Amino acid sequence: MRRNRIQTAVALAIGGLVVALSLLAPLLATHDPRATSPDAQLEPPSRSHLFGTDLLGRDVFSRVLYGGRRTLGVALLSALVMLAPGLLIGMVAGFAGGWLDTALMTALDAMLAVPPLVLALALVALFGSGSVQIAVAVGIAGIPSYGRVARAVVLEARNRPYVEAARAIGARPAGILRRHILPTIAPTLLAFAGVTLSWAILNSAALIFLGFGGDISAPDWGVMLADGRQAFRTAPWVALAPGIALSATVLAINWLADSAVSR
Amino acid sequence: MALVVVWLAGSAAFLALRVAPGDAVDATMARVGASDEQIAAQRAALGLDDPLPIQYARYWADTVRGRWGASLVNGQPVTELIAQNARPTVTLALAAMVIALALGVTLGVMDGLERPAGLHWVAGGLASLALAAPVYWTATLAIYAFTVAIALFPGVGAESPAALILPALVLGFHASGSIARVTAASVREAARGDFVRTARAKGLPERDVIDHILRVGLLPVVSVAALQAGFLLGGTVITEMIFVRRGLGQVLLTAVTNRDYPVVQGLVVLAALVYTALNAGADALNFRLDPRTHRAE
Repeated sequence: MRRNRIQTAVALAIGGLVVALSLLAPLLATHDPRATSPDAQLEPPSRSHLFGTDLLGRDVFSRVLYGGRRTLGVALLSALVMLAPGLLIGMVAGFAGGWLDTALMTALDAMLAVPPLVLALALVALFGSGSVQIAVAVGIAGIPSYGRVARAVVLEARNRPYVEAARAIGARPAGILRRHILPTIAPTLLAFAGVTLSWAILNSAALIFLGFGGDISAPDWGVMLADGRQAFRTAPWVALAPGIALSATVLAINWLADSAVSR
Repeated sequence: MALVVVWLAGSAAFLALRVAPGDAVDATMARVGASDEQIAAQRAALGLDDPLPIQYARYWADTVRGRWGASLVNGQPVTELIAQNARPTVTLALAAMVIALALGVTLGVMDGLERPAGLHWVAGGLASLALAAPVYWTATLAIYAFTVAIALFPGVGAESPAALILPALVLGFHASGSIARVTAASVREAARGDFVRTARAKGLPERDVIDHILRVGLLPVVSVAALQAGFLLGGTVITEMIFVRRGLGQVLLTAVTNRDYPVVQGLVVLAALVYTALNAGADALNFRLDPRTHRAE
Protein backbone atom coordinates (compact mmCIF):
# COMPACT_ATOMS: atom_id res chain seq x y z
CA MET A 1 0.00 0.00 0.00
CA ARG A 2 1.21 3.47 -0.82
CA ARG A 3 0.10 4.94 2.46
CA ASN A 4 2.36 2.49 4.24
CA ARG A 5 5.36 3.45 2.19
CA ILE A 6 4.84 7.16 2.93
CA GLN A 7 4.36 6.37 6.61
CA THR A 8 7.56 4.37 6.73
CA ALA A 9 9.53 7.10 4.97
CA VAL A 10 8.24 9.80 7.32
CA ALA A 11 8.89 7.56 10.33
CA LEU A 12 12.44 6.82 9.20
CA ALA A 13 13.11 10.53 8.68
CA ILE A 14 11.77 11.50 12.13
CA GLY A 15 13.47 8.58 13.85
CA GLY A 16 16.80 9.30 12.17
CA LEU A 17 16.54 12.99 13.05
CA VAL A 18 15.77 12.26 16.72
CA VAL A 19 18.64 9.80 17.05
CA ALA A 20 21.06 12.13 15.25
CA LEU A 21 20.06 15.18 17.29
CA SER A 22 20.33 13.26 20.54
CA LEU A 23 23.71 11.80 19.68
CA LEU A 24 25.09 15.12 18.46
CA ALA A 25 23.58 17.14 21.33
CA PRO A 26 26.95 18.31 22.70
CA LEU A 27 27.90 19.66 19.27
CA LEU A 28 24.57 21.24 18.40
CA ALA A 29 23.50 22.68 21.74
CA THR A 30 23.89 26.43 21.88
CA HIS A 31 23.89 26.63 25.68
CA ASP A 32 24.64 24.52 28.74
CA PRO A 33 21.31 22.69 29.31
CA ARG A 34 21.52 23.19 33.07
CA ALA A 35 22.83 26.75 33.11
CA THR A 36 20.26 29.13 34.58
CA SER A 37 20.20 32.83 33.85
CA PRO A 38 17.95 34.92 36.10
CA ASP A 39 17.80 37.84 33.67
CA ALA A 40 16.54 35.74 30.75
CA GLN A 41 13.45 34.02 32.18
CA LEU A 42 10.63 32.78 29.92
CA GLU A 43 12.00 34.56 26.86
CA PRO A 44 10.16 33.78 23.63
CA PRO A 45 12.07 32.04 20.83
CA SER A 46 14.75 34.29 19.38
CA ARG A 47 17.99 33.97 17.47
CA SER A 48 20.06 33.33 20.59
CA HIS A 49 17.44 31.04 22.14
CA LEU A 50 15.89 29.09 19.24
CA PHE A 51 13.05 27.63 21.35
CA GLY A 52 13.05 30.37 24.00
CA THR A 53 13.96 29.95 27.66
CA ASP A 54 12.18 28.41 30.64
CA LEU A 55 11.25 29.69 34.08
CA LEU A 56 14.89 29.60 35.25
CA GLY A 57 16.22 31.12 32.03
CA ARG A 58 17.57 27.83 30.71
CA ASP A 59 17.79 27.41 26.94
CA VAL A 60 14.88 25.19 25.81
CA PHE A 61 16.53 24.18 22.52
CA SER A 62 19.64 22.81 24.25
CA ARG A 63 17.51 21.12 26.88
CA VAL A 64 15.40 19.38 24.23
CA LEU A 65 18.55 18.06 22.55
CA TYR A 66 20.08 16.77 25.79
CA GLY A 67 16.63 15.69 26.95
CA GLY A 68 16.42 13.31 24.02
CA ARG A 69 19.53 11.52 25.24
CA ARG A 70 18.19 11.11 28.74
CA THR A 71 14.62 10.25 27.85
CA LEU A 72 15.64 7.76 25.18
CA GLY A 73 18.39 6.35 27.41
CA VAL A 74 15.95 5.64 30.24
CA ALA A 75 13.46 4.17 27.77
CA LEU A 76 16.10 1.94 26.16
CA LEU A 77 17.17 0.62 29.54
CA SER A 78 13.60 -0.11 30.52
CA ALA A 79 12.91 -1.77 27.16
CA LEU A 80 15.88 -4.08 27.83
CA VAL A 81 14.59 -4.88 31.33
CA MET A 82 11.28 -5.76 29.71
CA LEU A 83 12.47 -7.64 26.62
CA ALA A 84 15.01 -10.08 28.02
CA PRO A 85 12.80 -11.81 30.61
CA GLY A 86 9.67 -11.35 28.50
CA LEU A 87 11.29 -13.07 25.55
CA LEU A 88 12.72 -15.87 27.69
CA ILE A 89 9.44 -16.57 29.49
CA GLY A 90 7.41 -16.37 26.29
CA MET A 91 9.71 -18.69 24.36
CA VAL A 92 10.00 -21.26 27.13
CA ALA A 93 6.25 -21.25 27.72
CA GLY A 94 5.36 -21.40 24.06
CA PHE A 95 7.89 -24.07 23.22
CA ALA A 96 7.58 -26.27 26.29
CA GLY A 97 3.80 -26.15 26.62
CA GLY A 98 2.12 -28.26 29.28
CA TRP A 99 2.19 -27.37 32.98
CA LEU A 100 5.20 -25.06 32.60
CA ASP A 101 3.28 -23.01 30.07
CA THR A 102 0.24 -22.86 32.34
CA ALA A 103 2.32 -21.85 35.36
CA LEU A 104 4.26 -19.14 33.52
CA MET A 105 1.19 -17.70 31.85
CA THR A 106 -0.75 -17.60 35.12
CA ALA A 107 2.13 -15.71 36.70
CA LEU A 108 2.14 -13.24 33.80
CA ASP A 109 -1.64 -12.87 34.06
CA ALA A 110 -1.27 -11.97 37.71
CA MET A 111 1.23 -9.24 36.79
CA LEU A 112 -0.97 -8.10 33.93
CA ALA A 113 -3.91 -7.73 36.30
CA VAL A 114 -2.40 -4.56 37.71
CA PRO A 115 -2.40 -1.68 35.18
CA PRO A 116 1.21 -1.09 34.10
CA LEU A 117 1.37 2.48 35.32
CA VAL A 118 -0.03 1.50 38.73
CA LEU A 119 2.41 -1.41 38.94
CA ALA A 120 5.31 0.85 37.94
CA LEU A 121 4.25 3.42 40.57
CA ALA A 122 4.05 0.71 43.23
CA LEU A 123 7.55 -0.47 42.29
CA VAL A 124 8.83 3.11 42.48
CA ALA A 125 7.41 3.23 46.01
CA LEU A 126 9.59 0.18 46.76
CA PHE A 127 12.72 1.20 44.88
CA GLY A 128 12.64 4.93 45.54
CA SER A 129 12.96 7.80 43.06
CA GLY A 130 15.60 8.07 40.35
CA SER A 131 15.89 7.53 36.63
CA VAL A 132 17.40 4.02 36.87
CA GLN A 133 14.71 2.98 39.35
CA ILE A 134 12.08 4.29 36.96
CA ALA A 135 13.58 2.43 34.02
CA VAL A 136 13.56 -0.83 36.00
CA ALA A 137 10.04 -0.27 37.35
CA VAL A 138 8.58 0.51 33.93
CA GLY A 139 10.52 -2.41 32.47
CA ILE A 140 9.18 -4.91 35.00
CA ALA A 141 5.65 -3.60 34.51
CA GLY A 142 5.97 -4.35 30.80
CA ILE A 143 7.28 -7.92 31.08
CA PRO A 144 3.87 -9.64 31.00
CA SER A 145 2.70 -7.97 27.78
CA TYR A 146 5.87 -8.85 25.92
CA GLY A 147 5.96 -12.36 27.38
CA ARG A 148 2.42 -12.99 26.16
CA VAL A 149 3.18 -11.76 22.67
CA ALA A 150 6.39 -13.80 22.51
CA ARG A 151 4.50 -16.93 23.56
CA ALA A 152 1.72 -16.41 21.01
CA VAL A 153 4.26 -15.93 18.26
CA VAL A 154 6.26 -19.01 19.27
CA LEU A 155 3.10 -21.12 19.45
CA GLU A 156 2.12 -20.04 15.96
CA ALA A 157 5.58 -20.84 14.61
CA ARG A 158 5.78 -24.14 16.46
CA ASN A 159 2.81 -25.52 14.57
CA ARG A 160 4.20 -24.76 11.13
CA PRO A 161 4.74 -27.78 8.89
CA TYR A 162 8.53 -27.36 8.58
CA VAL A 163 8.91 -27.31 12.35
CA GLU A 164 6.81 -30.43 12.59
CA ALA A 165 8.98 -31.98 9.89
CA ALA A 166 12.16 -31.10 11.80
CA ARG A 167 10.72 -32.68 14.91
CA ALA A 168 9.67 -35.74 12.94
CA ILE A 169 13.20 -36.37 11.67
CA GLY A 170 14.43 -36.17 15.26
CA ALA A 171 16.07 -32.73 15.48
CA ARG A 172 16.90 -31.64 19.02
CA PRO A 173 14.56 -29.04 20.62
CA ALA A 174 17.35 -26.48 21.03
CA GLY A 175 18.28 -26.90 17.38
CA ILE A 176 14.68 -26.49 16.26
CA LEU A 177 14.31 -23.38 18.38
CA ARG A 178 17.47 -21.81 17.02
CA ARG A 179 17.35 -22.83 13.38
CA HIS A 180 13.65 -22.96 12.58
CA ILE A 181 11.64 -21.01 15.08
CA LEU A 182 13.84 -18.00 15.84
CA PRO A 183 14.25 -16.88 12.23
CA THR A 184 10.48 -17.14 11.70
CA ILE A 185 9.48 -15.12 14.70
CA ALA A 186 12.30 -12.58 14.76
CA PRO A 187 10.59 -9.91 12.58
CA THR A 188 7.36 -9.94 14.57
CA LEU A 189 9.18 -9.88 17.89
CA LEU A 190 11.36 -7.05 16.66
CA ALA A 191 8.33 -5.06 15.58
CA PHE A 192 6.72 -5.59 18.92
CA ALA A 193 9.97 -4.60 20.61
CA GLY A 194 9.51 -1.28 18.81
CA VAL A 195 6.04 -0.90 20.29
CA THR A 196 7.59 -1.79 23.63
CA LEU A 197 10.14 0.98 23.25
CA SER A 198 7.51 3.62 22.52
CA TRP A 199 5.53 2.32 25.47
CA ALA A 200 8.64 2.59 27.65
CA ILE A 201 9.20 6.17 26.50
CA LEU A 202 5.65 7.20 27.35
CA ASN A 203 5.58 5.51 30.74
CA SER A 204 9.05 6.42 31.98
CA ALA A 205 8.41 10.01 30.92
CA ALA A 206 5.09 9.81 32.79
CA LEU A 207 6.82 8.79 36.03
CA ILE A 208 9.46 11.47 35.56
CA PHE A 209 6.69 13.98 34.83
CA LEU A 210 5.04 12.96 38.10
CA GLY A 211 8.28 13.87 39.86
CA PHE A 212 9.84 10.47 40.61
CA GLY A 213 12.88 11.01 38.40
CA GLY A 214 15.11 12.15 41.25
CA ASP A 215 17.04 14.90 39.50
CA ILE A 216 14.44 17.62 38.88
CA SER A 217 16.80 20.00 37.09
CA ALA A 218 17.98 17.40 34.58
CA PRO A 219 17.38 18.08 30.90
CA ASP A 220 14.66 15.50 30.29
CA TRP A 221 11.46 15.65 28.24
CA GLY A 222 9.36 14.49 31.19
CA VAL A 223 10.88 17.12 33.49
CA MET A 224 10.49 19.78 30.82
CA LEU A 225 6.82 18.92 30.29
CA ALA A 226 6.25 19.27 34.01
CA ASP A 227 8.10 22.62 34.07
CA GLY A 228 6.31 23.79 30.96
CA ARG A 229 2.89 22.94 32.33
CA GLN A 230 3.35 25.50 35.09
CA ALA A 231 4.24 28.24 32.65
CA PHE A 232 2.03 27.25 29.74
CA ARG A 233 -0.20 30.31 29.85
CA THR A 234 2.61 32.82 29.49
CA ALA A 235 5.27 30.70 27.79
CA PRO A 236 3.80 27.79 25.80
CA TRP A 237 7.14 27.12 24.05
CA VAL A 238 8.61 25.56 27.20
CA ALA A 239 6.19 22.62 27.01
CA LEU A 240 5.58 22.61 23.26
CA ALA A 241 9.15 21.76 22.25
CA PRO A 242 9.62 18.63 24.42
CA GLY A 243 5.97 17.60 23.90
CA ILE A 244 6.29 17.64 20.13
CA ALA A 245 9.65 15.86 20.33
CA LEU A 246 8.17 13.13 22.54
CA SER A 247 5.07 12.56 20.40
CA ALA A 248 7.03 12.64 17.14
CA THR A 249 9.47 10.04 18.48
CA VAL A 250 6.71 7.72 19.67
CA LEU A 251 4.78 8.17 16.42
CA ALA A 252 7.89 7.34 14.37
CA ILE A 253 8.59 4.18 16.38
CA ASN A 254 4.97 3.01 16.15
CA TRP A 255 4.89 3.55 12.39
CA LEU A 256 8.19 1.74 11.91
CA ALA A 257 6.85 -1.19 13.92
CA ASP A 258 3.68 -1.13 11.77
CA SER A 259 5.62 -1.35 8.55
CA ALA A 260 7.77 -4.19 9.94
CA VAL A 261 4.64 -6.19 10.82
CA SER A 262 2.78 -5.62 7.57
CA ARG A 263 5.78 -6.69 5.52
CA MET B 1 -8.59 -19.15 37.15
CA ALA B 2 -9.50 -15.59 37.96
CA LEU B 3 -9.12 -16.39 41.64
CA VAL B 4 -5.64 -17.81 41.04
CA VAL B 5 -4.66 -14.56 39.36
CA VAL B 6 -5.93 -12.51 42.29
CA TRP B 7 -4.21 -14.83 44.76
CA LEU B 8 -0.89 -14.51 42.90
CA ALA B 9 -1.17 -10.73 42.57
CA GLY B 10 -2.02 -10.37 46.24
CA SER B 11 0.80 -12.67 47.31
CA ALA B 12 3.26 -10.74 45.16
CA ALA B 13 2.12 -7.51 46.78
CA PHE B 14 2.56 -9.12 50.21
CA LEU B 15 6.03 -10.45 49.42
CA ALA B 16 7.21 -7.22 47.84
CA LEU B 17 6.26 -5.28 50.94
CA ARG B 18 7.92 -7.79 53.25
CA VAL B 19 11.19 -7.36 51.39
CA ALA B 20 11.59 -3.96 53.02
CA PRO B 21 8.86 -3.85 55.67
CA GLY B 22 10.87 -2.63 58.63
CA ASP B 23 12.19 0.21 56.55
CA ALA B 24 8.68 1.45 55.94
CA VAL B 25 7.67 1.54 59.58
CA ASP B 26 11.08 2.71 60.74
CA ALA B 27 11.30 5.48 58.18
CA THR B 28 7.79 6.73 58.79
CA MET B 29 8.11 6.68 62.56
CA ALA B 30 11.62 8.08 62.59
CA ARG B 31 10.31 10.95 60.48
CA VAL B 32 7.88 11.96 63.23
CA GLY B 33 10.64 11.53 65.83
CA ALA B 34 9.68 8.25 67.50
CA SER B 35 12.22 6.54 69.77
CA ASP B 36 13.69 3.09 69.11
CA GLU B 37 11.47 1.51 71.80
CA GLN B 38 8.37 3.06 70.29
CA ILE B 39 9.33 1.74 66.88
CA ALA B 40 9.93 -1.74 68.30
CA ALA B 41 6.57 -1.64 70.08
CA GLN B 42 4.85 -0.54 66.89
CA ARG B 43 6.52 -3.35 64.94
CA ALA B 44 5.32 -5.88 67.49
CA ALA B 45 1.83 -4.38 67.45
CA LEU B 46 1.73 -4.62 63.67
CA GLY B 47 2.92 -8.23 63.89
CA LEU B 48 5.96 -7.53 61.74
CA ASP B 49 8.20 -9.66 64.01
CA ASP B 50 6.16 -12.83 63.53
CA PRO B 51 7.39 -15.58 61.19
CA LEU B 52 6.62 -14.98 57.54
CA PRO B 53 4.08 -17.82 57.08
CA ILE B 54 2.03 -16.51 60.00
CA GLN B 55 2.15 -12.99 58.62
CA TYR B 56 1.12 -14.41 55.25
CA ALA B 57 -1.86 -16.30 56.69
CA ARG B 58 -2.93 -13.24 58.63
CA TYR B 59 -2.54 -11.06 55.54
CA TRP B 60 -5.03 -13.16 53.57
CA ALA B 61 -7.40 -13.55 56.49
CA ASP B 62 -7.43 -9.77 56.87
CA THR B 63 -7.62 -9.06 53.15
CA VAL B 64 -10.60 -11.36 52.62
CA ARG B 65 -12.39 -9.82 55.59
CA GLY B 66 -11.81 -6.35 54.15
CA ARG B 67 -9.16 -5.29 56.68
CA TRP B 68 -6.57 -3.82 54.36
CA GLY B 69 -4.41 -2.14 56.96
CA ALA B 70 -4.05 1.54 57.70
CA SER B 71 -2.07 4.38 56.20
CA LEU B 72 1.37 4.77 57.76
CA VAL B 73 1.01 8.52 57.45
CA ASN B 74 -2.27 9.27 59.20
CA GLY B 75 -3.53 5.88 60.39
CA GLN B 76 -6.66 6.00 58.28
CA PRO B 77 -7.90 2.51 57.28
CA VAL B 78 -7.07 1.78 53.64
CA THR B 79 -10.59 0.56 52.85
CA GLU B 80 -12.04 3.79 54.21
CA LEU B 81 -9.56 5.81 52.15
CA ILE B 82 -10.59 3.87 49.04
CA ALA B 83 -14.31 4.21 49.75
CA GLN B 84 -13.98 7.96 50.22
CA ASN B 85 -12.10 8.51 46.99
CA ALA B 86 -13.47 5.87 44.64
CA ARG B 87 -16.46 7.78 43.30
CA PRO B 88 -14.71 10.61 41.38
CA THR B 89 -12.23 8.14 39.90
CA VAL B 90 -14.91 5.69 38.79
CA THR B 91 -16.93 8.55 37.29
CA LEU B 92 -13.90 9.82 35.41
CA ALA B 93 -12.90 6.36 34.17
CA LEU B 94 -16.44 5.57 33.02
CA ALA B 95 -16.84 8.87 31.20
CA ALA B 96 -13.45 8.40 29.55
CA MET B 97 -14.41 4.85 28.59
CA VAL B 98 -17.58 6.04 26.86
CA ILE B 99 -15.58 8.61 24.91
CA ALA B 100 -12.80 6.14 24.11
CA LEU B 101 -15.29 3.56 22.82
CA ALA B 102 -17.29 6.02 20.73
CA LEU B 103 -14.22 7.63 19.21
CA GLY B 104 -12.13 4.46 18.94
CA VAL B 105 -14.81 2.36 17.28
CA THR B 106 -15.74 5.16 14.87
CA LEU B 107 -12.14 5.76 13.84
CA GLY B 108 -11.42 2.03 13.68
CA VAL B 109 -14.44 1.26 11.49
CA MET B 110 -13.63 4.17 9.17
CA ASP B 111 -10.05 2.97 8.86
CA GLY B 112 -10.93 -0.72 8.55
CA LEU B 113 -13.71 -0.34 5.97
CA GLU B 114 -11.76 2.38 4.13
CA ARG B 115 -14.93 4.39 3.98
CA PRO B 116 -15.83 7.17 3.48
CA ALA B 117 -13.24 6.81 0.72
CA GLY B 118 -10.22 9.04 1.15
CA LEU B 119 -11.00 9.80 4.76
CA HIS B 120 -9.71 6.55 6.21
CA TRP B 121 -6.16 7.77 6.40
CA VAL B 122 -7.38 10.70 8.50
CA ALA B 123 -8.95 8.20 10.89
CA GLY B 124 -5.78 6.08 10.96
CA GLY B 125 -3.68 9.19 11.51
CA LEU B 126 -5.85 10.36 14.40
CA ALA B 127 -5.54 6.93 16.02
CA SER B 128 -1.74 7.05 15.65
CA LEU B 129 -1.75 10.52 17.16
CA ALA B 130 -3.91 9.41 20.09
CA LEU B 131 -1.41 6.64 20.83
CA ALA B 132 1.60 8.93 20.55
CA ALA B 133 0.25 11.82 22.63
CA PRO B 134 0.36 10.96 26.33
CA VAL B 135 -2.19 12.39 28.74
CA TYR B 136 0.37 14.51 30.60
CA TRP B 137 1.02 16.38 27.38
CA THR B 138 -2.43 16.60 25.76
CA ALA B 139 -3.94 17.65 29.10
CA THR B 140 -1.70 20.72 29.20
CA LEU B 141 -2.70 21.64 25.67
CA ALA B 142 -6.40 20.97 26.29
CA ILE B 143 -6.48 23.01 29.48
CA TYR B 144 -4.92 25.94 27.68
CA ALA B 145 -7.09 25.63 24.58
CA PHE B 146 -10.48 25.09 26.24
CA THR B 147 -10.32 26.87 29.58
CA VAL B 148 -8.00 29.78 28.82
CA ALA B 149 -7.99 30.56 25.09
CA ILE B 150 -11.65 29.61 24.64
CA ALA B 151 -13.34 29.44 28.04
CA LEU B 152 -15.54 26.50 27.09
CA PHE B 153 -15.08 24.49 30.28
CA PRO B 154 -14.61 25.43 33.92
CA GLY B 155 -10.98 25.82 34.94
CA VAL B 156 -8.76 23.31 36.69
CA GLY B 157 -9.85 22.34 40.18
CA ALA B 158 -13.58 23.04 39.69
CA GLU B 159 -15.95 20.44 41.10
CA SER B 160 -19.07 21.03 38.97
CA PRO B 161 -20.29 18.23 36.68
CA ALA B 162 -19.05 20.21 33.67
CA ALA B 163 -15.53 19.95 35.09
CA LEU B 164 -15.64 16.23 34.29
CA ILE B 165 -15.89 16.74 30.52
CA LEU B 166 -12.40 17.96 29.70
CA PRO B 167 -10.42 15.39 31.74
CA ALA B 168 -12.66 12.63 30.39
CA LEU B 169 -12.07 13.85 26.83
CA VAL B 170 -8.30 13.95 27.32
CA LEU B 171 -8.15 10.51 28.90
CA GLY B 172 -10.69 9.03 26.48
CA PHE B 173 -8.81 10.38 23.46
CA HIS B 174 -5.62 8.61 24.51
CA ALA B 175 -7.43 5.33 25.22
CA SER B 176 -9.28 5.50 21.90
CA GLY B 177 -5.99 4.91 20.06
CA SER B 178 -5.63 1.22 20.93
CA ILE B 179 -9.36 0.58 20.50
CA ALA B 180 -9.24 2.15 17.03
CA ARG B 181 -6.22 0.10 16.02
CA VAL B 182 -7.66 -3.22 17.17
CA THR B 183 -11.03 -2.40 15.60
CA ALA B 184 -9.46 -1.40 12.29
CA ALA B 185 -7.37 -4.58 12.08
CA SER B 186 -10.30 -6.78 13.00
CA VAL B 187 -12.73 -5.09 10.58
CA ARG B 188 -10.17 -5.28 7.79
CA GLU B 189 -9.73 -8.99 8.49
CA ALA B 190 -13.49 -9.59 8.58
CA ALA B 191 -13.96 -7.72 5.29
CA ARG B 192 -11.71 -10.29 3.62
CA GLY B 193 -13.86 -13.19 4.85
CA ASP B 194 -15.51 -15.65 2.49
CA PHE B 195 -18.93 -14.80 3.86
CA VAL B 196 -18.43 -11.22 2.69
CA ARG B 197 -17.61 -12.37 -0.84
CA THR B 198 -20.70 -14.57 -0.78
CA ALA B 199 -22.83 -11.68 0.46
CA ARG B 200 -21.56 -9.44 -2.34
CA ALA B 201 -21.89 -12.20 -4.94
CA LYS B 202 -25.52 -12.78 -4.14
CA GLY B 203 -26.11 -9.09 -4.65
CA LEU B 204 -26.83 -7.89 -1.14
CA PRO B 205 -26.98 -4.10 -0.86
CA GLU B 206 -23.75 -2.63 0.45
CA ARG B 207 -25.46 -1.61 3.70
CA ASP B 208 -26.19 -5.23 4.52
CA VAL B 209 -22.69 -6.31 3.54
CA ILE B 210 -21.25 -3.76 5.98
CA ASP B 211 -23.62 -5.08 8.62
CA HIS B 212 -22.24 -8.58 7.99
CA ILE B 213 -18.66 -7.32 8.32
CA LEU B 214 -19.24 -5.34 11.49
CA ARG B 215 -21.04 -8.16 13.27
CA VAL B 216 -17.83 -10.16 13.09
CA GLY B 217 -15.32 -7.32 13.01
CA LEU B 218 -16.50 -5.60 16.16
CA LEU B 219 -16.28 -8.66 18.42
CA PRO B 220 -12.73 -8.01 19.73
CA VAL B 221 -13.83 -4.55 20.87
CA VAL B 222 -15.28 -6.16 24.01
CA SER B 223 -11.95 -7.65 25.09
CA VAL B 224 -9.90 -4.60 24.22
CA ALA B 225 -12.37 -2.36 26.04
CA ALA B 226 -11.96 -4.44 29.21
CA LEU B 227 -8.19 -4.18 28.86
CA GLN B 228 -8.40 -0.43 28.31
CA ALA B 229 -10.60 -0.03 31.38
CA GLY B 230 -7.65 -1.33 33.40
CA PHE B 231 -5.30 1.13 31.70
CA LEU B 232 -7.79 3.94 32.35
CA LEU B 233 -7.46 3.34 36.07
CA GLY B 234 -3.74 3.98 35.61
CA GLY B 235 -4.43 6.97 33.39
CA THR B 236 -6.60 8.58 36.03
CA VAL B 237 -3.48 9.01 38.19
CA ILE B 238 -2.01 11.57 35.82
CA THR B 239 -5.33 13.07 34.80
CA GLU B 240 -6.39 13.67 38.39
CA MET B 241 -3.04 15.24 39.20
CA ILE B 242 -3.12 17.65 36.27
CA PHE B 243 -6.78 18.58 36.61
CA VAL B 244 -6.44 18.76 40.41
CA ARG B 245 -9.28 16.30 40.96
CA ARG B 246 -9.90 14.29 44.08
CA GLY B 247 -9.72 10.51 43.60
CA LEU B 248 -7.84 7.24 43.91
CA GLY B 249 -5.15 8.45 41.53
CA GLN B 250 -4.27 11.28 43.90
CA VAL B 251 -4.32 8.83 46.81
CA LEU B 252 -1.91 6.51 44.99
CA LEU B 253 0.38 9.36 44.02
CA THR B 254 0.55 10.67 47.57
CA ALA B 255 1.11 7.15 48.90
CA VAL B 256 3.96 6.51 46.48
CA THR B 257 5.56 9.84 47.35
CA ASN B 258 5.33 9.06 51.09
CA ARG B 259 6.17 5.37 50.53
CA ASP B 260 2.98 4.62 52.41
CA TYR B 261 3.12 0.86 51.70
CA PRO B 262 -0.24 -0.34 53.05
CA VAL B 263 -2.07 2.20 50.89
CA VAL B 264 -0.04 1.29 47.80
CA GLN B 265 -0.65 -2.39 48.49
CA GLY B 266 -4.39 -1.87 48.92
CA LEU B 267 -4.66 0.02 45.64
CA VAL B 268 -2.63 -2.61 43.78
CA VAL B 269 -4.87 -5.41 45.08
CA LEU B 270 -7.94 -3.32 44.25
CA ALA B 271 -6.68 -2.73 40.69
CA ALA B 272 -6.06 -6.46 40.27
CA LEU B 273 -9.58 -7.25 41.51
CA VAL B 274 -11.20 -4.72 39.19
CA TYR B 275 -9.19 -5.87 36.21
CA THR B 276 -9.92 -9.54 36.84
CA ALA B 277 -13.63 -8.88 37.26
CA LEU B 278 -13.74 -6.82 34.06
CA ASN B 279 -11.92 -9.51 32.13
CA ALA B 280 -14.20 -12.23 33.39
CA GLY B 281 -17.14 -10.04 32.39
CA ALA B 282 -15.68 -9.52 28.92
CA ASP B 283 -15.16 -13.27 28.52
CA ALA B 284 -18.73 -13.96 29.53
CA LEU B 285 -20.00 -11.30 27.13
CA ASN B 286 -17.89 -12.67 24.30
CA PHE B 287 -19.25 -16.13 25.03
CA ARG B 288 -22.77 -14.84 24.52
CA LEU B 289 -21.97 -12.68 21.50
CA ASP B 290 -19.79 -15.08 19.57
CA PRO B 291 -21.10 -18.59 19.00
CA ARG B 292 -17.68 -19.70 17.80
CA THR B 293 -16.28 -19.51 21.35
CA HIS B 294 -18.75 -22.25 22.33
CA ARG B 295 -17.15 -24.65 19.94
CA ALA B 296 -13.65 -23.80 21.10
CA GLU B 297 -14.51 -24.79 24.66
